[in-house]
Amino acid sequence: MNRHVDLRSMSQPQRDPLTHLANEDLMPLPRPLDGPEKDHPWTPLSQNAKDKYECGLDDTCALSLPQPKTPEEEKQLVAKFLSGLDKLFTKENNWTFLQPLLLTMEHCTGCQTCSDACHIFEASGRNELYRPTFRSEVLRRLYFKYGRGGGVLSAWQHGDIQLNWPLVARLIELSYRCNLCRRCAQTCPIGCDNGLVAHELRKLFSQEMGIHAKEVHDQGSMLQLKVGSSTGMNAAVVKDNIAFIDEDISEKTGIEVHTPWDVEGADVLLIHNAGEIMAWPENPGAFALVLNKAGISWTMSSELCGYDSINYGLWYDDSQFARVALKHAQAAQKLKVKKIVLGECGHAHKALSVIADRLLGGDLNIPRESSLTLLRDIVKSGRIKFDPSRNNFPVTLHDPCNVVRLMGVVEPQREIVRQLCPRFREMEPHGVNNYCCGGGSGFAIMSGHNFADWRFHVSGRKKMQQVLNAFSDCLAPEIPKYLCAPCSNCKGQFRDMLAYYGLWEQNRILYGGLVELIVNAMVEAKPGFIDWEWR
Amino acid sequence: MTLTVYVAIYAGLLLFLFGCVRRIWQYARTPVHLRWELYPVPHEEPDRVAHGGSYFETSDWASKPRHANRIGELRVMIPEMLFLKGLWEFNRRLWVPSFLFHFGLYLLIGTAVLIAFGAGVPILVPSLASSSVWIFLAELYHVTAYAGAALSVLGALLLMSRRATDTELKNYTKPADFFNLLFFIVAFALVAAGYAVRSPGSAGLGELARGLLRFDSNVRVSGLFGVGLILSAALAAYVPFTHMAHFIAKYFTYHSVRWDDRPNVRGGSIEAAVAQYLTYRPTWSAEHVGADGKKSWVDIATTNPAQEVRK
Repeated sequence: MNRHVDLRSMSQPQRDPLTHLANEDLMPLPRPLDGPEKDHPWTPLSQNAKDKYECGLDDTCALSLPQPKTPEEEKQLVAKFLSGLDKLFTKENNWTFLQPLLLTMEHCTGCQTCSDACHIFEASGRNELYRPTFRSEVLRRLYFKYGRGGGVLSAWQHGDIQLNWPLVARLIELSYRCNLCRRCAQTCPIGCDNGLVAHELRKLFSQEMGIHAKEVHDQGSMLQLKVGSSTGMNAAVVKDNIAFIDEDISEKTGIEVHTPWDVEGADVLLIHNAGEIMAWPENPGAFALVLNKAGISWTMSSELCGYDSINYGLWYDDSQFARVALKHAQAAQKLKVKKIVLGECGHAHKALSVIADRLLGGDLNIPRESSLTLLRDIVKSGRIKFDPSRNNFPVTLHDPCNVVRLMGVVEPQREIVRQLCPRFREMEPHGVNNYCCGGGSGFAIMSGHNFADWRFHVSGRKKMQQVLNAFSDCLAPEIPKYLCAPCSNCKGQFRDMLAYYGLWEQNRILYGGLVELIVNAMVEAKPGFIDWEWR
Repeated sequence: MTLTVYVAIYAGLLLFLFGCVRRIWQYARTPVHLRWELYPVPHEEPDRVAHGGSYFETSDWASKPRHANRIGELRVMIPEMLFLKGLWEFNRRLWVPSFLFHFGLYLLIGTAVLIAFGAGVPILVPSLASSSVWIFLAELYHVTAYAGAALSVLGALLLMSRRATDTELKNYTKPADFFNLLFFIVAFALVAAGYAVRSPGSAGLGELARGLLRFDSNVRVSGLFGVGLILSAALAAYVPFTHMAHFIAKYFTYHSVRWDDRPNVRGGSIEAAVAQYLTYRPTWSAEHVGADGKKSWVDIATTNPAQEVRK
């Protein structure tokens, strides 16, 4: 592996990757994956992909960016990049994040304190390309050279860089090698934010050049704005599916479950990540059961986007972000609910509660809250009787970055598992110092070419280490273990990663949400809500 | 030499102030951005600060009163400013040189304050000039000045050595980084050495300060000491125009970004400011954005490109 990638190599015209990753170079994992030979070999990129797409960064390709056919086309793309760079630093185009971006551009001392906080950098075996400051340094040099006039003095002060299409193409891919978890920003003594830099670069590429991951744009925010959900479900299909889930949960628990739709004046509008309805139906089913038993006045909405809390614009595009956030607020406004409660989806929590907060003025400013807080209140209220011995298996809790570090919802979920799960153990570190699951910022739904390999080997590696450490005393397959992840995207990453490493088949590590643990411990429900089957 | 030193010090201070105000103005006039806080936020309720929680941990938070915990902020800010707690926690290896360097600077700033008091107050209140307590306080600057210069120079030397030898910093080190550190080393070393070996009869710090306040050309400043002072004044003028002005940036990165969890309330100042920004007319070129330089952010947010395509 070439660990020491020179910044200047970003501009090298050859399309060869700047680095190669091999299992023996990566951060070691604990038992039962202790040793590079126990890891899977990497799936190489196909020759077809290498011939057609820009794959000059590393061993994978996230965006399938077509190679320009002529030097003229390359020039046009570079010109477009420069025009986007200019816009990124104007208030008319980027008032949303201009101040933090300027601060990060102009004050990094290059001390590298942030590097040790980055799970991707650490897991890669400290590969220079994945150092959180690497992409920031490229943007910083471009900013001073092209945005602030440049010149000899500027190059002496801020460093020089050669701008050409290979650099832009690599930078596009590199902006998708960060989970946007902002753990690096938490440790910066100055307060610079490399996660923000990746976010802003993605915005530049999407908003100016129309370049984005198809999973988050075409199959994500565009599909959601077209039919109402990135799952492709329209309102009628969602209602059918929920009716089926209600029936299934009623049968499974022996408690009649009914999900209310479009109830005007309800206290709570509950918005799930619609992916739950498709992939983990027991989660919305468990929510309906718990809210009904607790006597909460609640509803779901069948408005466009009103039944799918996802907002992928959060990761790459302000215009798409604003459109979806507005639809969520309008759905709540139409039903005249008192508040919106977000289901177990991390990025939806942060998108609507925090980031969209200042966009939603007047009547659209309807309080948004976390379902984890509501569930904690229900569990603690005594309105439902629980038998914690039903959860007498090892449980650990994953902290979704968007819920914890980026929104400050840390204790409610812990109060629940402490009360209901007698064999709960924390991962280390946890809470606001947690590590990302490796699927953050859209990666959990991105699997083009061999990108999933990179996701498992690199971005998810640190979390896998934490999970295995948390269960190190009970890895035997006779002991079922529950990895609680109250976030749809995190669950998607865990599903793929646990399957990839065979940790369900060989070690009986199951993943799931939080509300499932609540129903599993309900005295009134038939035992065995968690059925220990892989999905 | 004396007048040159006076002019350099006044010019250095003025440029320093000008640079600082300019930078503060640059950041302060940028629009209120979307929320981008990072937890823990230390002005949260004390029981939440410990685990990094926010008001989102409380149901119906929007209708409940919130109290800003300024003591919590001070508990983070003071150790961070004085002892660089963040570095201590996350980058212990860098903490030693960085702390020496910064603490040395604080001592030198303290020295300047002591000298200004020592020289300035007796001008206004002549009776103080013969007070033993005052003389002691005024003379304390000798200790802080030498200690400050020594710590800063040592810290800067160690930082420079790290820049030169640590391969991890190679991609991120520019010629100016060496120059900046060298500037500190040379300026402070010359001031300290020049002061220590100044010729008999030439001005000490107190005398120089009194002369500076009165613009007294009869004060004699020795050569090496004078050169050190001129370089130090140039350094003060230079710092606000470089990334070393992070003492300003840090206020904004902490208070306006990391810790800015102010919710948008109906009829509030944030709502009013954002309403204005939403009238801006962006020019992003990608088709799905739909910006043409005429549409405002409101127009863009209220159109649906997916359904427009379907038509």
